[in-house]
Amino acid sequence: MQKLSRRSFLKTGLAAAGSISLSGLALPASVRGADAKELATLIDIRKCVGCEACVDACKETNAQKFPNPKKPFPKMYPSRVKVSDWSEKKDVKDRLTPYTWVFIQSAEVTVNGEKKTLTFPRRCMHCQNPPCADLCPWGSARKLENGITLIHSEICLGGQKCKTVCPWSIPEQQTGVGLYLDILPSLAGNGVMYKCDRCYNRLEKGELPACIENCPENVQTIGPREEIIRQAHAIAKEIGGYIYGETENGGTNTIYVSPVPFDTLNKAVEKGPGRPHFNKVKDSMAHADNLAKAMIIAPFAGLAAGAGRFYKAAKTIGASLQTKEDKQSNESEPLS
Amino acid sequence: MNQNLYPEYKYIRRVYAFIIFMMCLTGFGQMPIFKRYYIADIPGLGWLAEYYLTHYIHYIGAILLFVMFAYCAAGYFFVGRHAFRLTRSAYVRIILLAAITITGIFRVLKNLPDIVFSPNFTMFIDISHLVFMMMFLMAGAVFVFMKTGWLMPEY
Repeated sequence: MQKLSRRSFLKTGLAAAGSISLSGLALPASVRGADAKELATLIDIRKCVGCEACVDACKETNAQKFPNPKKPFPKMYPSRVKVSDWSEKKDVKDRLTPYTWVFIQSAEVTVNGEKKTLTFPRRCMHCQNPPCADLCPWGSARKLENGITLIHSEICLGGQKCKTVCPWSIPEQQTGVGLYLDILPSLAGNGVMYKCDRCYNRLEKGELPACIENCPENVQTIGPREEIIRQAHAIAKEIGGYIYGETENGGTNTIYVSPVPFDTLNKAVEKGPGRPHFNKVKDSMAHADNLAKAMIIAPFAGLAAGAGRFYKAAKTIGASLQTKEDKQSNESEPLS
Repeated sequence: MNQNLYPEYKYIRRVYAFIIFMMCLTGFGQMPIFKRYYIADIPGLGWLAEYYLTHYIHYIGAILLFVMFAYCAAGYFFVGRHAFRLTRSAYVRIILLAAITITGIFRVLKNLPDIVFSPNFTMFIDISHLVFMMMFLMAGAVFVFMKTGWLMPEY
């Protein structure tokens, strides 16, 4: 099993960062170029002690990205649109919020006949084909070539669609911030959606995400996805463990390895708003991908049907036009 | 178009109008508005708030439109052009439909796994798809008011 060293990670990160292009809107850079690879993280549940160092590091490092809402909030219509305000509860650490992008989930389980409390960081899974980015109507949620899915806080209108279509309901909403305030604050939008962006700005500089760098137990590893998957399988084989995230929702860039089945973990964790499950998740975009393939065939089918239907009629019309032309030329020939 | 040459034309018109209506409905349904504004609360319209469902219907609508456009193009090429020509409004419709189709194709490509566009290009196709559709709807309303169709007799 080849473990990724900090040096090799930085090499990959710097190669990727070297081909970064900044957009006119100062959008986050995407990783490009021949060397650009989809990066994934491996979370080895055995190692986590639940110290929350990752949570604190995330909060400190990403503080400048957190919402700073304007109050009072605009009155919203219709009345069913509820305010979502976490600005007075920034210290909440036992679930995901706009100010907590990673939290420690725990599960009481039996491992080898021994009762244990397992802890593990939970955050965005960074799907390979993220429905939040695919179905965002504005393009504010997007996937970068290095496997990060992020929500651009200056474009997001806070409609919560990303949360609705996310199999784990990860993004969290904050009212009173963002673009909607400049458009129709009472009638459209309701803030901005926030979630883990896997420290894209640190990755651009070749640095590790804060949660990984500050973990005293090296629970998380980051590297090219194939490498991470190999590593996950090697650990799972070694401990007779289980993997989550490799195939969930068509594949994610967050891979968990656990000594107990994820069904067991799923039953043991507290689930609900801001507390994601460990269910089996089918590929949310699979049907759409199949329909997209049908779209390629559709015009050819229509053309073939049309050609079959009209070709005979075209020949008849062509023949009648020819007869008409012959008749006209005969009539115009001079008498001898 | 001449009913003898092209008897299915009247049915195609109706199906085309229905699909365009559904494409508008499901396209707008990609924005979180139907639930907010109680439209999805109307009995029978709850599906408008189901993002995946409206997305599938939008894709199916696109497939049907592709079949229909190709069929009608073949019909015009083989038969229609001998007796009819396209009106000016038809050219406007074709240009706008082409713009909607092209931006829509890029939108579909973007949704496929392993295809990643730059954030700015993604935003451009998202917004331009919507803008072209709005222009198509406005142009369609004007053409209905003016009573101009797609074809006019060649002579």
